[in-house]
Amino acid sequence: MELSLGTLVGQALTFLIFILVTMKFVWPPLMEAMEDRRKKIADGLAAAEDSQRQLEQAKEEALSIVKEARSEANSIREQAESRASGILDEAKSEAVAERQRQVAAASTEIKLEAERAREALRTQLSGLVLDGAGRLLDKELDSTAHAALIDELVAEL
Amino acid sequence: MASENSASAYVTHHLTHLQVGEGLWTFNVDTLFFSWLCGLAMMGLFILGARRVQKGVPGKLQNFVESLVEFADNSVKESFHGPREFVGPLALTIFVWVLFWNLLDLIPVDYFPLFADKVLHLHYLRIVPSADPNATFAMSLTVLMLIIIYSIKGKGVGGFGKELLTHPFGSNPVLIPFNLILNAVELLAKPISLALRLFGNLYAAELIFILIAMLPWWVQWLPGGAWALFHILVIPLQAFIFMTLTIVYISLAYEEH
Repeated sequence: MELSLGTLVGQALTFLIFILVTMKFVWPPLMEAMEDRRKKIADGLAAAEDSQRQLEQAKEEALSIVKEARSEANSIREQAESRASGILDEAKSEAVAERQRQVAAASTEIKLEAERAREALRTQLSGLVLDGAGRLLDKELDSTAHAALIDELVAEL
Repeated sequence: MASENSASAYVTHHLTHLQVGEGLWTFNVDTLFFSWLCGLAMMGLFILGARRVQKGVPGKLQNFVESLVEFADNSVKESFHGPREFVGPLALTIFVWVLFWNLLDLIPVDYFPLFADKVLHLHYLRIVPSADPNATFAMSLTVLMLIIIYSIKGKGVGGFGKELLTHPFGSNPVLIPFNLILNAVELLAKPISLALRLFGNLYAAELIFILIAMLPWWVQWLPGGAWALFHILVIPLQAFIFMTLTIVYISLAYEEH
């Protein structure tokens, strides 16, 4: 193991040169590139996470909107159903009232007609009675003179 | 290898550096060349990865370089809490460079020396820079320098000086020399242990590969393969240890105790 100062100095200088070249031209660009890439990847991951969260939120929102729409539709249908049944009831009750009214009108008319018929019959009968009585008495009764009596008789019938 | 003489010559041949110059200013040309080659391969890889950098989907090469950068950055982050503009690249350079050095150990020991001898007429050649203590010490002494710089950066000249003079035993003037000696030993032990650990592991591994290469050719695959498999574990481990200890030393220097 012999000492060779020339080799020693030469090697040391070489070493320094290589360190300096590495420091100047190799280390900084590579470190920068690696740092940049790390940052980009971190950003990408963060963005992915963010969009995932947004998607989740949108899904939830959509779900709530659908739920709301469904409940609204339900309430509208219920309302419509109730209105329809109301209309039906109204119509039914109106029809019932109409029928009653018509029945009432008809019955009054019948009653009136019967009354009228009875009146006519009564009048006819009084005429017949008068006629019969006149024939029986053999003398013509003055219907006008005895109108009051005849009317009384008719009312008694 | 029949005779003992030729065996030891073979080993010695494989453990001798291709040298230029005399005395202290000797240059281990093979170490310098192959560590430069590794370094240029590393720089090429880094710069290709960094130049075609894309912020979006990265290419395969960029992915690979990025994973190296992130590995170094995380290792630094674990124990060093100061600014990482320099320490990060330092850790990355140490790890990859030492890894490439160590990987050269897996190339069969005779290929390059034989090529150098027959084609280039270079008699000696050792291709693994981390099996040359000069290379490992160059690195670890640079680390020592950085430890001192970071001590001053983190604690100030006064704080660092005060720690050197008073730290383990207390501020009694009588104890100052002991403190100083202990701190000096502690400081020096760091680069020495760094350099010797790496050198020792790779030198021993190289030696074992050389010894395996002297076995008869039909049996070499068994110990050679086994040792190479084990060595695959050692190669990144030693690079990792050098890097991690450097970070730890620098963070110890930088932060208050």
